[in-house]
Amino acid sequence: MGLKSFSLKKSLWVFHFGGASCNNCDIEILDCLTPRYDVERFGIKLVGSPRHADVLLVNGSINKRDKPRLLEVYDQIAKPAFVVAFGACGCTGGIFAEGITFAGPVDTIIPVDAYIPGCPPKPEAMLSALMKLAETI
Amino acid sequence: MAEQLFYFFIYPGMLFAGIIGIIFAWADRKVTARVQFRQGPPVLQPFYDFIKLLLVKETILPKNGSVIFFLLAPVLGLFGATAAAVIILMPALGLTSGFRGDIIVLFYLLAIPTLMFIVGALASGNPLSSVGASREIKMVLSYELSFILIIAGVILKSEMTLQLNEIMALQQSQGAFIASLSGIVMFIAALVVIQGKAGMVPFDMAEAETELAEGIFMEYSGTAYAIIKYTKYILLFILPVFIAEIFLGGLHFEGIHILWSILKVLLVLVLMILIRNTNPRLKIGQAMRFYLLWINLLVIAGLVLHYIGI
Repeated sequence: MGLKSFSLKKSLWVFHFGGASCNNCDIEILDCLTPRYDVERFGIKLVGSPRHADVLLVNGSINKRDKPRLLEVYDQIAKPAFVVAFGACGCTGGIFAEGITFAGPVDTIIPVDAYIPGCPPKPEAMLSALMKLAETI
Repeated sequence: MAEQLFYFFIYPGMLFAGIIGIIFAWADRKVTARVQFRQGPPVLQPFYDFIKLLLVKETILPKNGSVIFFLLAPVLGLFGATAAAVIILMPALGLTSGFRGDIIVLFYLLAIPTLMFIVGALASGNPLSSVGASREIKMVLSYELSFILIIAGVILKSEMTLQLNEIMALQQSQGAFIASLSGIVMFIAALVVIQGKAGMVPFDMAEAETELAEGIFMEYSGTAYAIIKYTKYILLFILPVFIAEIFLGGLHFEGIHILWSILKVLLVLVLMILIRNTNPRLKIGQAMRFYLLWINLLVIAGLVLHYIGI
């Protein structure tokens, strides 16, 4: 394993994109930053600007107004970047999948590297998914 | 010529200051984590971040901005920080004795990285970066006056010596400047000023990640952002060293003094980290009032105390 892929694996910076979410997933994402789970052990941190991000974490159902914004944020991320769909709404649409404003699950809009199912997923599930994502680099 | 280039790029300049700065940045994150009862990142975490940004990520150029200034500004900022590092570290490590007036030159060199960050932010053409740049300009206008007053106080206390090496030698023969009341007052003011210069939390409105999304550094990615990170690592190392040199009796690398010198620098660093962790971010108006009124009054009180002879 080269130095480049090793350092990318050890320092994944996450940008959080919240779609039309019920806020439950957002709270579980914030749980990962608390002393109990502490994602900084693995070099993961939340960044404020998509230019600095390596992972785009999408939660909530994507409706017709969110779709162009999600595409724009995906274009703004410096590559190589990975996309993680978080929660039932991000993976499949969940209970919003038959709504009239629903614009498709995340993987029909942008390529997705990892799915975290659950409503909401536990913080352990997010840690496990990010570790498995890092193993694939 | 080769000797000067070695001093500038390898030891004690860019490479050495950067490596120690990376260790200091890890200490910053680790102490922060321990204050919040977390475990914290591994030792090489800032190094991984730097390598990832430098070699792996792509650099996105602004569409509506000036590309030349956008890319040139981080490089010039790094060179300014490195020049300041050489002048600060050479007398401390006993390589040369410096030159007459180098403490005045340092005042200008330490302003270059911040000014270059402002130029880069304004060249990126992003509205949030512009807000960040305007806040950074206000911060520079606020703390530079306090900083020059502190340097004037140090020059007065050292009987009009303008050379860093002689200031350190004077403190080693007559006792450190912090051993007097005026020294303590000016040391507290200097600690707050370097907090603003390093852009740490109570005074980090320019890069407030929660409201401005990293502000002045928002548009930077890849290699350009790695250079900015490296400049910040160097600043995190040389600012505590500078304060230890002018107030805490100077650094002296010989025998048991090596231990004392390292402890002095670490003491200033830990004080900075604890200030950062126990204070919320101020509003820009509060920060300006804090520096322009209270810190300036504190430094002037220190100068008056020095004239009284305490």
